[in-house]
Amino acid sequence: MAGETAAVSMTVNGKPITANVDPRTLLVQLLREHLRLTGTHVGCDTSQCGACVVHVNGKAIKSCTVLALQLEGATVLTIEGLAAADGPLHPMQEAFRENHGLQCGFCTPGMIMTAVDIVRRKGNELDDRTIREELEGNICRCTGYHNIVKAIAAGARAMRGSGATSKAAE
Amino acid sequence: MSATGIGAAVRRKEDRRFITGTGHYTDDINRPGQSYAYFLRSPHAHATIKSVDVKPAAKMPGVLAVLTGAELAADKIGNLICGWMIHSKDGSPMKMAPHPALANGKVCHVGDPLAVVVAETLAQARDAAEKIVVEYAVLPAVADPAAAQKPGAPRIHDIAPNNTIYQWHLGDASAVEAAFRAAKHVTKLDIINNRLVPNAIEPRAAIGDYDAGTGAFTLWNTTQNPHVARLVIAAFVGMAPEHKLRVIAPDVGGGFGSKIFIYPEEVVALWASKRVGRPVKWVAERSEAFVADAHGRDHVTRAEMAFDGEGRILGLRAKTVANLGAYMSTFSSSVPTYLYATLLSGQYEIPQIYCEVDAVYTNTVPVDAYRGAGRPEATFVVERLVEVGAREMGQDPAELRRKNFVKKFPHQTPVIMAYDAGDYNASLKKAMELADCKGFGRRKRESARDGKLRGIGFSTYIEACGIAPSQAVGSLGAGVGLWESAEVRVNPTGSVEILTGSHAHGQGHETTFAQLVCERLGIPIDNISVVHGDTDKVQFGMGTYGSRSGAVGMSALAKALDKIEAKAKKVAAHMLEAAEGDIEFKDGKFSVAGTDKSAAWGDVTLNAYIAHKFSGQELEPGLKEGAFYDPTNFTFPAGCHICEVEVDPETGNTEIAAWTAVDDFGVIVNPMIVEGQVHGGIAQGVGQALCEGVVYDKDGQLVTGSFMDYCMPRADHLPTLKVDTTVTKCPSNPLGIKGCGEAGAIAAPAAVINAITDAIGTEGLAMPATPQAVWAALQKANRMPKAA
Repeated sequence: MAGETAAVSMTVNGKPITANVDPRTLLVQLLREHLRLTGTHVGCDTSQCGACVVHVNGKAIKSCTVLALQLEGATVLTIEGLAAADGPLHPMQEAFRENHGLQCGFCTPGMIMTAVDIVRRKGNELDDRTIREELEGNICRCTGYHNIVKAIAAGARAMRGSGATSKAAE
Repeated sequence: MSATGIGAAVRRKEDRRFITGTGHYTDDINRPGQSYAYFLRSPHAHATIKSVDVKPAAKMPGVLAVLTGAELAADKIGNLICGWMIHSKDGSPMKMAPHPALANGKVCHVGDPLAVVVAETLAQARDAAEKIVVEYAVLPAVADPAAAQKPGAPRIHDIAPNNTIYQWHLGDASAVEAAFRAAKHVTKLDIINNRLVPNAIEPRAAIGDYDAGTGAFTLWNTTQNPHVARLVIAAFVGMAPEHKLRVIAPDVGGGFGSKIFIYPEEVVALWASKRVGRPVKWVAERSEAFVADAHGRDHVTRAEMAFDGEGRILGLRAKTVANLGAYMSTFSSSVPTYLYATLLSGQYEIPQIYCEVDAVYTNTVPVDAYRGAGRPEATFVVERLVEVGAREMGQDPAELRRKNFVKKFPHQTPVIMAYDAGDYNASLKKAMELADCKGFGRRKRESARDGKLRGIGFSTYIEACGIAPSQAVGSLGAGVGLWESAEVRVNPTGSVEILTGSHAHGQGHETTFAQLVCERLGIPIDNISVVHGDTDKVQFGMGTYGSRSGAVGMSALAKALDKIEAKAKKVAAHMLEAAEGDIEFKDGKFSVAGTDKSAAWGDVTLNAYIAHKFSGQELEPGLKEGAFYDPTNFTFPAGCHICEVEVDPETGNTEIAAWTAVDDFGVIVNPMIVEGQVHGGIAQGVGQALCEGVVYDKDGQLVTGSFMDYCMPRADHLPTLKVDTTVTKCPSNPLGIKGCGEAGAIAAPAAVINAITDAIGTEGLAMPATPQAVWAALQKANRMPKAA
């Protein structure tokens, strides 16, 4: 194995981690290949599809568009950290299930992470137009978005007072 | 109806792993000692390969092997094949050119793979691929199907003069000629059915893993039909005998047809794994997928419809040139023939139909089935002809449709299909009510006040699904039978595993197949698991495409459940000391008719295995049954979609103002899942109509090669969709199911274009109807509204 590596430390889903990575390693590669957090997906190579959305320091970002080394000291939340593995689902996850907001499931982690971020920025009462415009950076090829829009509206309402925010595991 | 039986909107059993990020897609799987493959692909559309020097690449760090098409040939790895034989009208067989998994001597499209680097890391493989030195002699290329047959066009394969694969036809040309002579009105249209990229959000991927100790291969692969992949890779490619090749299709992130086919990369992953003695993983990058996944559609058609004085359809004729790309993909030949021309009767009684189809090679990515496969192209031809015909004759488009609907069933069309059941008027009527067609005039006036042009468009589509009776498709050239299999394994404790040859990649089979078991056996849905996608677990199966899993796959399951019930009754008869004929089974309980003696499901299943109540000579222990179900006919889902648009004449932008769909899918197992399928299909159809379209330049370079420049619908392209159903039970399978997966994609394009052309008052508009195209059509027709 040739090539230089560099160390980077951050907090992922509440746990401190340190990894030695090739400097060109993207955050999504760190998550998927070094930490084996494979819930974050790669659907394109042009930052269009949003399957790789995670939260960094509380904000949604596309993890295919940032180098791991840029995130020294950052706090990262992925779909795996949104709710405890054996505990109850996050209200937004539950809303996607209840409203059939997913089919093949590949875009779903990115959709849910984006949805939680929309609620953080836009509040708990979201109209259809707002949700559709806010989903500009997430592509779903299965659902026609109809049930995703329903799920996000329902999930946003359910998040009110539930104590569930994107800060859960940060 | 029970809470989890047939007809219930059961929430999906598979969802938990997807919403928690714990699914297992192919790229989530890693094998011990895994290495990584990166393909070197042709930058030219058409070129001879003069030399390939891999030595500089082989010396790069981490490289395990650099393999070329010449080595693939030397190892006697066979070509990829097209499995459906089409004969031309002169009786000659289709001209199937060799398709090696790595090009050898010649490349035929941009993206044609010619070498592979296997390295310790993906980055090392990619870096090394840049060091491969290829000397090309670039040849003239042709990308346009209409140009491919012209004299002087570059010849792509020696076997195919004029780049023509076949010249096929269906129907009675002279009878159609006579019908047109008798016509009072003839509507003529030139139609381009635009080329699309399926773009499932999960890119294709493969892991090949060769075990030298046993001589067996394992392939993890993003496939919709693992057994078909194994059969082709064993029997035609010759990688390994069938029993030494296991294909696993784990969670698959969408398919839409594009993951049916057997592609070069999975073949090479297997071969390379044997060559390097390590597992080899390949995952497509998105821009790679654009040049490596089969595209869809790409027809150029001249179509005509003949009407009598009352608007009754007398005949239809069409001449289509279908672009199959640089090589014949797995089922490519069937799409513009038996999946297209056989549906040109639509929902209408059309006495005579004649269709000619020329399939051609071009220097483009291979074209094969994409959601709907042939039927969207047929629907677009028929529904545009009917709509434009109505407008030309000054008739109401809905009324003209109603007048021509098939009303009696079964109905034999002049193009092979025998429609078994339907009520086309019922779906039209219900859709028109739900869409408030009566209020359209008012809405149009309101739009006009805002300077907008409002239009309404219908699409009363039909499709042939549940593919298909094996004997029938065999007689039409299919190389396979299209039955499906199911196995039901009942455990001693009464829980049940279903093994199915269908494969789910978003359709929710883990829920719907379990619902059928709930309905039949009366056991809790949590006690049922559905196993699919592994050739070591499921004995054989034909996979999922063509909206076939409900109609064919679940029918196989129903047949296996019949056998389970029959066997369980025998066990119960021994337990209850009664005659087998007196045992009744209801709600998960076996009872003796006319008595209060009964046995619970779990008692019977346990007794089937402990076998204390009967001798092995009387009855075999155990409770496991399998079935193969071969359908008796295609199924014929049909319905009416109504699209209402508002066009801004200043910008040409089209907004879909409302969408109403009323579909007849026969018996519905889970209405929530069916609605989701319709939503997704509509979105893909709207994508074709409004924004999607592959662009090749004149040299065969792909211009639309990423999500940056190939536009797919986003959430704000679509409105809230109004989706409803009417039901005529399908008489051709035991469950009455017709299928729902493709309807939206089939119906939608014609509805959108009929609506936009209604709004702008000119028919001169091709798909995709981008703002620029709509604006240009308005300008050309001089239809810009006058300034107020």
